[in-house]
Amino acid sequence: MTDLRRLPLHDLHVELGARMVPFAGWEMPVQYAGVMPEHLAVRSGAGLFDVSHMGQVILHPRRDMAQLAADLAALMPVEVAALPEGRQRYGLLTNVDGGIIDDLMFANRGDHFLLVVNAARADVDIAHLREHLGDQVQPVSRALLALQGPMAEDALAPLVPAVRGMRFMDVMTADTLFGPLWISRSGYTGEDGFEISVPAPGAEGLARALLRNAQPIGLGARDSLRLEAGLCLYGHDIDETTSPVEAGLTWAIQKSRRTGGFPGEERILAELSEGAGRRRVGLRPEGRAPMREGTKLFAGDRQVGIVTSGGFGPSVGAPIAMGYVEADAAAIDTQLSGEVRGKLLPVTVSALPFHQTTYKR
Amino acid sequence: MKYTEDHEWLRIEGDLVVVGITEHAATQLGDVVFVELPEVETMVATGDEVVVIESVKAASDILAPIDGEIVAVNTKLVDNPGLVNEDPLGRAWFFKLKVDDLSVLDEFMDEDEYADLIG
Repeated sequence: MTDLRRLPLHDLHVELGARMVPFAGWEMPVQYAGVMPEHLAVRSGAGLFDVSHMGQVILHPRRDMAQLAADLAALMPVEVAALPEGRQRYGLLTNVDGGIIDDLMFANRGDHFLLVVNAARADVDIAHLREHLGDQVQPVSRALLALQGPMAEDALAPLVPAVRGMRFMDVMTADTLFGPLWISRSGYTGEDGFEISVPAPGAEGLARALLRNAQPIGLGARDSLRLEAGLCLYGHDIDETTSPVEAGLTWAIQKSRRTGGFPGEERILAELSEGAGRRRVGLRPEGRAPMREGTKLFAGDRQVGIVTSGGFGPSVGAPIAMGYVEADAAAIDTQLSGEVRGKLLPVTVSALPFHQTTYKR
Repeated sequence: MKYTEDHEWLRIEGDLVVVGITEHAATQLGDVVFVELPEVETMVATGDEVVVIESVKAASDILAPIDGEIVAVNTKLVDNPGLVNEDPLGRAWFFKLKVDDLSVLDEFMDEDEYADLIG
């Protein structure tokens, strides 16, 4: 086993009673009080997540932002040039086969772009970006905290009053005694909230200040929250074989990009016009038995798909799952069955998200 | 009360053995959201997977600690799986076994030995 990397806030997590587990090469807090109470605390109040394992990458233009935007757009089926300064957008790096190398957030911060990428994909992403963008690609090692929930604004505003004026996907810089914070109004829970990049030496002070009005939340609740919000987890719901269209991420491909000019355009454009052979769908198992990742899905005795994320939704109060099914089994309300411990149990194709999102538009 | 290395507790009740999981196990599992119980009158052998427990995190099994016949199951857990976290040593028993010879319990850990195991 390789050595696990430690978060800048490792000692704080231990002090707060976290159970630490290996995840994507890092030693991460999976839970503090418990997945269920943490999940519900984010839905009703405010929760603080340490997501410093995620990759933060700055793209500094060699020449100018317009050229850099064009070069970045050549790697993603996503509109980059029209993203105004101070705004963030969801992006997808695609490969030549139309599969997804990673999903990410990118922000226009005036004289550079800031990318936040998945921890487990950071090395792959950086190599891929460097191959195309060269030394404009500069990974940064800062801590990253996510503050999520209906009380998130009230928890952050005492430190940074200007956040009250931010809308969903706005970004800003705030100079604080913890160092310059790079703040975005976004997250991975379906709730209103913020993601805050902070210089590692200031991270503990910032976390302790935020914990006065928020409770610490581990990776366990992060997973159940994002599943209820219908958000994809890389390596499970999307990977290098799934296309953005199959994954139901066509909303991320703006109209201006539906003519091509990105890796995998042949497959992605064909699927945009003709539909994909399989689709990511929401799934509601009947009864209480969760259908976990890997559960096979059947229409009659024909296997039509597989669960890629599944568990119990604490706010839904029932098991929920996502998975891929063949196109003719993907309509909402289609009755399927899932094989759980050798038994076929009923499951219904359902709309996503399972829990209504509450972003501040 | 006796304890197994799989974090089950065994309690003698008349000529039956009542089986549940320890507080330590319940805490490790996290919030239990689903319990699947065996049929009564099932003959089980040591190590058989008898009960499925799903927490918010993962699925786990409870194994039969000894040979015997399942003569009762706690159906309250099916409707209220959270009992496993609320009262693991009491109301959240899983099943009752009829065994030939209660002396088989002697080989299991007592409370002090179990406390040493979980440290």
